[in-house]
Amino acid sequence: MRVRLKIWRQKSPNTRGQFVSYPVDNVNPDMSMLECLDVLNEQLTENGEEPVAFEHDCREGICGSCGFMINGIAHGPLPATTVCQLTMRHFKDGEELLLEPWRARAFPLIKDLIVDRRAFDRIIASGGYISVSTGSAPDGNTLPVPKEAADRAMDAAACIGCGACVAACPNASSSLFTGAKIAHLGTLPQGKPEKDRRAIRMVTQMNLEGFGGCTNIGECTGVCPKEIPLEVIAAMNRDYLRGNWHARDNVVTTIRPFTEWSYGSKLQIDEQSQS
Amino acid sequence: MATTVIGARETRPARFWAATNGKKVVMAITGAILFLFVIGHMLGNLQVFEGPDKLNAYGRFLRIVPEILWTVRIVLLASVILHIWAAVQLAARKIQARPVGYAKHENVVSDYASRTMYWSGPILLAFVIFHLLHLTAGVIHPGGEFVEGDVYHNVVAGFQVWYVSAWYIFSMILLGFHIRHGAWSMFQSVGINHPRYTPILKKAAAVLAVVIVLGYISIPISVLLGLVK
Repeated sequence: MRVRLKIWRQKSPNTRGQFVSYPVDNVNPDMSMLECLDVLNEQLTENGEEPVAFEHDCREGICGSCGFMINGIAHGPLPATTVCQLTMRHFKDGEELLLEPWRARAFPLIKDLIVDRRAFDRIIASGGYISVSTGSAPDGNTLPVPKEAADRAMDAAACIGCGACVAACPNASSSLFTGAKIAHLGTLPQGKPEKDRRAIRMVTQMNLEGFGGCTNIGECTGVCPKEIPLEVIAAMNRDYLRGNWHARDNVVTTIRPFTEWSYGSKLQIDEQSQS
Repeated sequence: MATTVIGARETRPARFWAATNGKKVVMAITGAILFLFVIGHMLGNLQVFEGPDKLNAYGRFLRIVPEILWTVRIVLLASVILHIWAAVQLAARKIQARPVGYAKHENVVSDYASRTMYWSGPILLAFVIFHLLHLTAGVIHPGGEFVEGDVYHNVVAGFQVWYVSAWYIFSMILLGFHIRHGAWSMFQSVGINHPRYTPILKKAAAVLAVVIVLGYISIPISVLLGLVK
């Protein structure tokens, strides 16, 4: 089958980007979207052109590296599927596909379809963990976990941090991501002791990163490749309210970016390769 | 990555308000107050169908104790101001959060009402200002003289002007959309969501929105049809 890929090409964060249209003629319907881009990139390399930059790693839908907009929908039209798992047979022969990177201030563009999602890392670093004392592992089953809590925590833990929720949100809010982490850890008995502090820190970090605010539209859940429910955002709101009520001081620890990279000002990828 | 301590000097309410989540909690609570007012106001208004005496008596009843009247008015005004203030700041954040827009963006699961809250809200504000000038203050009275205390006459005279009724009906339909989203969304904002009860809340919000719209627009429609005169 044949497709025409209209892809956002942008050399570096500070240059202007535009859509460039590429015909891909020898597409196997069983290829994934990323393999289709691989075929295109081989063509481009043979022609001496710059290949399209896109992020990928496991290609089995569990790492959260890949992801871009296909015809205006994050991860493409198939629900609960990342672009690496989206096979080309879901598109019509001769169809034109519009490939666009995630668009958000907190996700500055690096190149073509790649954006800097380290804002997510900082949200995790601010509180998305459980503090444990080191030493030998505790005996199994010493801490009873209700089956229902384990299931709910597992559902929330399915979040791979791909950023599709931010990309699809009309507010560019990262509430589904942050909520998934807070619900995942807060549901389990191991995470309960740090519940209040975690919610305050992660919410504060999320708000510092320049994401928009959640207005309960729910577009995020429709594109989430792991089908994280809107319930996790309520869990975040609940823990945040509770944490503010319980807190005895006003001190919040957040994570500062180590470099100015995440704001794009010192990012020099192309400048170096050109010289 | 380095850690940094913020907010040591900030008061807790200031920090709570600074977070988008805190603003949404404020919007939920003020929205709930306004939602209760909308229901109460509709039930009061429907007394127009029981004739001039009943409605005018209701109008006098509301004004028996000025302290109560003004307490309610101040609470409502504070709710409106906080609700709008939070909405404006969230809207500003929304604009800043995506400086480069999409060439194409499709909505997959969200409903129309939730995406248009930023439109239905400001139009409703314009309506409320007009409505207060029209039927409370009596500054604008397109259908004839404004008679202080004769609520029934003011309502009927106003709604006999077709564009007043049309504006009213249009605004009430937008109010319905606003409630369709807001009436369940306020629970989500304060952290209440349950796979069993939230679908019921959403359906209840839709039903209440329809009931409220029908309740309100029945008045101008009845006046236009000559059922109430």
